[in-house]
Amino acid sequence: MAQFSLPQNSKIEVGEYFKDKTNSKNLKKVHVYRWDPSTGKNPRVDTFEVDVNNCGPKVLDILFKIKNEIDPSLTFRRSCAHGVCGSCAMNIDGVNTLACIKSHTDINGDLNVYPLPHLKVVKDLIGDLTTLYKQYESIQPWLKVDQTGQEKIELKQSQRDREKLDGYYECILCACCSTSCPSYWWNGDKYLGPAVLLQAYRWINDSRDSDKKERLKKVADELKLYRCHTIMNCTNSCPKGLNPAKAIGSIKKMLATS
Amino acid sequence: MQNKNPLSPHLQIYKWQISSLLSITHRIVGVINFFAITLICLWTLTLLLGQNSYQTIQIFLNTIFGKFAVISLCWTFSFHILNEIRHLIWDAGYGFDLKISKITGIIALVGSFVLTILFYFLGRNFF
Repeated sequence: MAQFSLPQNSKIEVGEYFKDKTNSKNLKKVHVYRWDPSTGKNPRVDTFEVDVNNCGPKVLDILFKIKNEIDPSLTFRRSCAHGVCGSCAMNIDGVNTLACIKSHTDINGDLNVYPLPHLKVVKDLIGDLTTLYKQYESIQPWLKVDQTGQEKIELKQSQRDREKLDGYYECILCACCSTSCPSYWWNGDKYLGPAVLLQAYRWINDSRDSDKKERLKKVADELKLYRCHTIMNCTNSCPKGLNPAKAIGSIKKMLATS
Repeated sequence: MQNKNPLSPHLQIYKWQISSLLSITHRIVGVINFFAITLICLWTLTLLLGQNSYQTIQIFLNTIFGKFAVISLCWTFSFHILNEIRHLIWDAGYGFDLKISKITGIIALVGSFVLTILFYFLGRNFF
């Protein structure tokens, strides 16, 4: 049975309140999840008053503003800031998304920023994605071909076959979908989760791959695949507008019809 | 990761989506239906035990609570049937688009209430 409440050491406490010092008229209250491994205390939610008039449009801009001007100890992952790398995936306003492409102007009222749900927190907004990466490795995300040694020739792909990968190859593995899935919350150690299954489908569906049958066999598992109950939280949260639910549905259909 | 690291909040903070709300409702309603069907079987069994035992249940069903229970069950069955059709369509590989799944979800929800009202009138010999 899954544990629906948070364990004792994860209960969230009320944190510090950082009052605005700029006397700005356009303030936004930003509630940020904080946890510092060195203190041994429970996680807390700090509130920052941020002057939105002098801030970029995205949530990541707010986080940078807090880090640069208010509290330099705020910790989060980020890299490209253009929605391509997937580093700044976090839970913003109750839904997983990328901080760099989510506009804070779209959000009315206070802004809530939490790490990706149901992960072990490393620090502040950083969750531990080791399990997900291991699962990703388990589906062998590389092209497998029968050719050996010298006879290796270029693998050609028709335009139509290439189009079959549209909507799947764009995945940046930000883990927004997997960590939005209640099924993955309760069975994250066994169920592969939407992100990894979408990747699995991407390789199953590749016309150049010669290991399709073996791949399908490997993923056809009560726990690995069929823990998906089409809750659709994954598709709802994907910041790249992809459809993991459809990919999983396609795998299920392939298994049912092959 | 060591055990001392806290677990980030999940159910506590995640915003309900129409899809996830309908999904959990589908489950709960499924469990209710399972017990309801068992009860209905027992109820029909009482028919065999003669008029007296049948009468007591009849009296219970005519109380406000009994009526509420019957109408609620009409809804749970209607909802489960409609949402299950939605799942069947998904299993056939259609309707995964975000917009379409939202629309079918709303249809299932609204439709379940319409079906309940229909059942009610059917039971009342309205037609």
